[in-house]
Amino acid sequence: MKSTLRNIFHSSKFVTGFVIFLFLMVMIIVYPLINPGSPLEQIGVGTFARPGTYVSLYDAAKTNPDRERETLRLPDAEDKRLARALSDSDRVLMVEWLGLKGVSLEGVDYSDTEELLKLWHENYDSTFKPKGMTSAAQKKYKRLNDALLALQTAENLTVVSDGETLSTIKKNDYVNVGTVANVKRLPLGTDNFGRDVLKELVGATKTSLVVGLVAGVVATLIGLTLGLLSGYVGGVVDDIIMFVTNLFTVIPGFILLILISYSISPELRGPTTVAVVIGFTSWTWTARSVRSQVISLRNRDHVNLSKLSGHSLIRIVVTDILPYIASYVVMAFILQVSSGILSEAQLSLLGLGPKTTVTPTLGLMMNWAMSYSAHINGTWWAYLPVILTITLISFSLNLMNTGLDQVFNPTLRD
Amino acid sequence: MKGYRKYFGKKLLWFLITLVFAVILNFVLPRLMPSDPVSSITGKLAAGMSDAAAVREIYEHYQEEFGTNKPMVVQFGMFVKNMFHGNFGKSFSQYPREVSDILASSVGWTVALQLPAILVGWILGNVLGAMAAYLKKGFDKVLLPVSIFFGNVPAFAMAVVLLVVFGVNLKIAPLAGGYASDMIPNLSWPFIKTVISHYQLPFWSIVIISVGGQAIGMRSMSIYELNADYVKYSRFLGIKDRKIVGYVFRNAMLPQITGLAMSLGTMMGGALVAEKIFSYPGLGNTMYKAVVAADYPLISACTLIITVMVLLANFLLDIVYGLIDPRVKAAQVD
Repeated sequence: MKSTLRNIFHSSKFVTGFVIFLFLMVMIIVYPLINPGSPLEQIGVGTFARPGTYVSLYDAAKTNPDRERETLRLPDAEDKRLARALSDSDRVLMVEWLGLKGVSLEGVDYSDTEELLKLWHENYDSTFKPKGMTSAAQKKYKRLNDALLALQTAENLTVVSDGETLSTIKKNDYVNVGTVANVKRLPLGTDNFGRDVLKELVGATKTSLVVGLVAGVVATLIGLTLGLLSGYVGGVVDDIIMFVTNLFTVIPGFILLILISYSISPELRGPTTVAVVIGFTSWTWTARSVRSQVISLRNRDHVNLSKLSGHSLIRIVVTDILPYIASYVVMAFILQVSSGILSEAQLSLLGLGPKTTVTPTLGLMMNWAMSYSAHINGTWWAYLPVILTITLISFSLNLMNTGLDQVFNPTLRD
Repeated sequence: MKGYRKYFGKKLLWFLITLVFAVILNFVLPRLMPSDPVSSITGKLAAGMSDAAAVREIYEHYQEEFGTNKPMVVQFGMFVKNMFHGNFGKSFSQYPREVSDILASSVGWTVALQLPAILVGWILGNVLGAMAAYLKKGFDKVLLPVSIFFGNVPAFAMAVVLLVVFGVNLKIAPLAGGYASDMIPNLSWPFIKTVISHYQLPFWSIVIISVGGQAIGMRSMSIYELNADYVKYSRFLGIKDRKIVGYVFRNAMLPQITGLAMSLGTMMGGALVAEKIFSYPGLGNTMYKAVVAADYPLISACTLIITVMVLLANFLLDIVYGLIDPRVKAAQVD
């Protein structure tokens, strides 16, 4: 036993998979401690807030000018402000006008705000009106010019409440984020319902792992029991079980899954129910392989000896047969868990996943993101982390499986 | 020849038995659904009607039309009879369109997408797996983890990633559908061109995934065969390496054919979801719409047609397998 474990942990594939899996496990245990609360809490009113740190504007403006604000003279502060204020469409307009005016634009970097502004102010002329330019267009450039001038000459901001001046915010006033009462970090932004994606993702990973585990346990238990019975008892029992097994092997499991999920009413379709259904449609592999292994074991000497000693069927199976197929069953179980998680995700994407308002699953998150076309809007944070998590889970489980396979089947070793 | 007849007969019998069970499951399971679809379609039509007797009449009319007022056994008899006539009743959500009509327009797309994709993925995967087993060293070191990784990317995830990279960001592939939305399917050159450009992303998303899974299987099988006694013996005899490799891979191939048959159902499942992501006009997308609209004649027909396709593919592969490997036939007949 000890040497087997040592061998397993010497396999680099197994260890890599194990570490990734362990990392995910630690995440789902530790993260809710740091950031407690329901993963489906809607904190944002809008949809798909970008990832980042959000500082309460109200609290920041209300900070005490004497104690909580610092004056910092940063040389590039003004440039940054201008660069941010100047939208891409404004830049395009400016370049357009300069081109019309006949200014040489060679070697000008449009993303360099300072240079572009300098060129603009040197050349802009509100009376310039080339042939064919409508006065509406001329006014558009005029407005742009006014806005640019306003940007550069902008003065202090005054915070007024009920006609009474609360404070004046100067351009080089800074506030320490730590002193602002409300700061929200959203490392993965929010989703279409305004939920914190990271928190939701952690909750979903946990539920999906549970779904996978339950599906794996159900599938392995059914498969193991049927495999042992049909392999060890043989005869008519074997014929019947093999008939059923073959039947379920050829009828596509996913289709069966769709049919069963569909026939369960949405209210009853919690994550556990879905997991049991998934397990119930994916046991055939385990049953077949356990049966063939048991058949090769059942006439071994030690089994015959047990039989002669009058041991009960259960005892023979548990002590003389199970230990020999244990490694195989564990490997099959790992694969069942991984395919269970995938099945849930696929079901959810077809709209047949667990209906739940309490816990999200990875498949449901994916389904929500797809229904709100996150992938076309470019809001990557709503779907990419989900895809990565599913892939990582199944990658790590399969790596562990391959590692175990190489330990137990020496012919596969490098 | 007698052996073959017995083998094929047995396979055919098995195909028919599974077919019967599949039909029963397809009939029974959707009808266990708690909600009454007839009342929902009546509700849609009778919206705004205040005369209870008229609503009742509409309800009974549709009950009669869909046959939901008859006992289950009679309904099953009707279902089977209609099935043989290729008649799956009328769709609830797209009433009064015939289900067979909707299916006819989507089956072709699914077969044209999945059959080539699964086969290409299978062939590429086997070639790469065999190369990894034979070349070992660097090639294997790179290929194995990469294959495990790609074999584990879910089909829908690959679909989304390809769609975002090539469709949204690079803008070199269309975002959705099986052909340009402003076109009517016909056999003209511009139409074929849009079909091909819409075909790329769904096709490659299925191929890449099946390559990974198949390569791993082929690699293990080939390593197993390469270490077999007959290979060592042949080497002692001085038989050329190329000849041995030919034998080895032919032997390693055989289980892979069963593997293809077995994983056909799973692959179809993943590919159906990929169809939905690309809004490809195939069965996966049709089924998704049917699920959303609680349209059970359509769902039942979709699942039935997919099951029949998988069963048929399995049956054909069994036949091919029996022809290629006489040992299988012999073992089955005994």
